[in-house]
Amino acid sequence: MTKEAGVTIDDVRRVAELANLELTPEEEPRMQRDLNAILGHIAQLNELDTAGVPAMAQVGEMLGGVVDTAGTMLRADALRPSLARETVMAAAPESDGRFFKVPKVIER
Amino acid sequence: MELESLTIDGSRNAVASGEMTATAMAELHFEKITSGDGEINSFLALSRERAMSQAAKIDGMAAKGEPLPVLAGVPVGIKDVLAMRGAPATAGSLILKGYMPPYDATVVAKLDAAGAVLLGKLNCDEFAMGSSNENSAYGPVLNPRALDRVPGGSSGGSAAAVAASFAVATLGTDTGGSIRQPAAFCGVVGVLPTYGRVSRYGLIAFASSLDRVGPLAKNVKDAAAVLQTIAGKDVMDATSSDRPVDDYVGGLVKPVEGLRIGVPTEYFGEGLDPEIRSAIDGVIAGLKMAGCAVQPVSLPHTKYAIPTYYVIATAEASSNLSRFDGVRFGLRAEEANTLSAMFRKTRDAGFGAEVKRRILLGTYALSAGYYDAYYRKAQQVRTLLTRDFLAAFSEVDVLVAPVTPTPAFKLGEKTDDPIQMYLEDIYSVAASLAGICGVSVPCGATNDGLPIGVQVLGKHFDEATMLRVAQAVETGQQRA
Repeated sequence: MTKEAGVTIDDVRRVAELANLELTPEEEPRMQRDLNAILGHIAQLNELDTAGVPAMAQVGEMLGGVVDTAGTMLRADALRPSLARETVMAAAPESDGRFFKVPKVIER
Repeated sequence: MELESLTIDGSRNAVASGEMTATAMAELHFEKITSGDGEINSFLALSRERAMSQAAKIDGMAAKGEPLPVLAGVPVGIKDVLAMRGAPATAGSLILKGYMPPYDATVVAKLDAAGAVLLGKLNCDEFAMGSSNENSAYGPVLNPRALDRVPGGSSGGSAAAVAASFAVATLGTDTGGSIRQPAAFCGVVGVLPTYGRVSRYGLIAFASSLDRVGPLAKNVKDAAAVLQTIAGKDVMDATSSDRPVDDYVGGLVKPVEGLRIGVPTEYFGEGLDPEIRSAIDGVIAGLKMAGCAVQPVSLPHTKYAIPTYYVIATAEASSNLSRFDGVRFGLRAEEANTLSAMFRKTRDAGFGAEVKRRILLGTYALSAGYYDAYYRKAQQVRTLLTRDFLAAFSEVDVLVAPVTPTPAFKLGEKTDDPIQMYLEDIYSVAASLAGICGVSVPCGATNDGLPIGVQVLGKHFDEATMLRVAQAVETGQQRA
């Protein structure tokens, strides 16, 4: 949270590209305004000295849970029935029945 | 039959005693929905076929005198972020319009196995992102207690359906307050179980370190009964806990005398509506009368909960929502010639403004150069917030606090200012970040007749004590 001019329109476009979002010209300034307002609110976190405080990903680790390197939390890796292919493919926007079909991948 | 006062015991007993068939019970609820939900908009889809087939099965068992399962014939509704066979799952989004999941979420399968009759799917903020249900692509839900007000969100449909007696109980999800806040706004009971207590398999993920599934119901006992049914280890969800599930319903009859109640000072500061403050004071006085020891406690990092939440939740959402790309299910923008254009156009057409805002914020917070400043910082503050609760719970058994700073606000009142909307969650997000359990219980109304909720927060995996205090609050209300 460095002190800088805040989020620019170019930042909004760059982040939108990273997120695979295409914003309309009307959406861009609105998103810029909102992101700056929200990040301004988030900047409060800088008031806290968190040196030496461990980062917490989820609560399990705070309850004395250990990292499960042995994989004991995982279910047995055994064969079991899965959904039928045609059931899954029925939900796809475009399919040949075996595979998902998408537009051209190579763009040049 | 009076649907307004119909509980789980009431509906199950009516079916078990032969007073009413499960089929008639289901029909009665569908009629109520058909006549009343045009205005409220709580259901996005009805699953009539599945409901009637389950009802017929229960009626067949009853006719043969077979033992009936615990929720036999009880009409329930499911928030539309959960997968349920035979019904669409849209998550309130256009990007999933028409998507029919080919399987049941574990919680749905458990309700089904317990004999519940699944009425349909309930409206919600798009991908559970919102505090008013105004972010649904399928229109807002109205608050059945005051039609010019929001029902709260994101489980607005789940709360409204219970308040309007369209269902005896419903499932909602809570990532930052999305069960507790709508429960408070609509005057029903809503439970946020401990992180890991209830399986999320089949839940369309928003923020995986925060998302939880829980019940909404007309009273504490019903909420406890639904929680009892859905709680427990699930091999399909590695984050679910194998700790034994306590007897929630049986535990409700234990006295609360001698329990230590903490009142967090930071939850009663500036911005709390005076009528809500006074209602919570009344609850605390009642618990003292019932023999509880009440003491103030401090959760010093409370004011940092919202900024922490909006970094972590949006970062996780930006990752989780990358799966909606027009390839395997849901919407696909047709006018794209290349794969990357198809992704962008599909997501632009399919996501609403709030979802885009959160994806952008989360992507920004995780992007090169900002990760340590935002995401890591927020994860560290999350540790401090959790330590606050662990310290408080070394002195007290539960915490009692408001759920929301204000009663239900008017439709359109906060839609232009995301920060104002986010601040609605000021008393609910810290518990979400810390993974503890919580429940919202009705505790009166404002002079304008708007419901007020009180929040009881419990230790990790101590839903039993939390619900016991909630029951005492409810009993106190009935006496008052």
